[in-house]
Amino acid sequence: MEPALGSYLALSGILFSIGAVGVIYKRNAIGMFMCIELMLNSVNLSFVAFSRHYGDVTGQLFVFVVMSVAAAEAAVGLGIIITFFRNRLSVDVDDASILKN
Amino acid sequence: MVNVLFFVLAGLAIACAVSCVYHKNPLYSAISLIGVLLSLACIYLTLAAPFIAIVQILVYAGAIMVLVVFVIMLLNLDEDKPLTRLRYLYPIGGALGVVLLAQTLFVFYAVTKAPHQASEQGNVIGQTMSIGTAMYTEYLLPVEIVGVLLLMAIVGAMIMSRRMREPNLELVEGSKEDGE
Repeated sequence: MEPALGSYLALSGILFSIGAVGVIYKRNAIGMFMCIELMLNSVNLSFVAFSRHYGDVTGQLFVFVVMSVAAAEAAVGLGIIITFFRNRLSVDVDDASILKN
Repeated sequence: MVNVLFFVLAGLAIACAVSCVYHKNPLYSAISLIGVLLSLACIYLTLAAPFIAIVQILVYAGAIMVLVVFVIMLLNLDEDKPLTRLRYLYPIGGALGVVLLAQTLFVFYAVTKAPHQASEQGNVIGQTMSIGTAMYTEYLLPVEIVGVLLLMAIVGAMIMSRRMREPNLELVEGSKEDGE
């Protein structure tokens, strides 16, 4: 038998919470980036589960859009991280404090 | 059968996600995240969405994570330093995680209680042909917007990672150029 919709959604919620906690715990910019990817993936899982549940292809198209946004985010975000490392020789987000004063 | 498979894959995904958050070394985190992505791709296969599963492996595990690992290797990062002044973030983060988990599960529980019409199309919806048909007829505008977004991301990444001039580290007061 097939697992219920609730199982997929519970897995999605657990993964999202782990990702959100990781964004707060990590001080490494790349670690935060990877936790954001984890959160995006959990949302994708709930999209696909709803798409299967309701028999509608729209959810899978949204997954496609989310993946494109994640790819764009990876390109720009890693560019920002490399530029930041070039200027401060660190990827620690606590060092990104030039705009503070 | 599918049930057992789902629980095995879900356990694998959660274990890899916890390991991704737990490890201090970014390379270990990246490899754990690849584990999460692959188990999610297998779960998409059990959800009758083969196109999404393949795209997940190609785009996420293939392209994005290779880029991340490449950057980690390029920057030669060492491990995270221990927290100094942000120690209060640990309880806040834990509380936020618990609240978020409870909230998400409640919302999803409420959603699963809602009435729904049965999926009459069966296994057809996940196939590449139906996705392509929907993508280029009904959802043409979002696809075009995604194309423009990707173009902007390419241009932005090129501008961002280009070396404009010599990096003037002396402008950044208190940075780490003293240590080298």
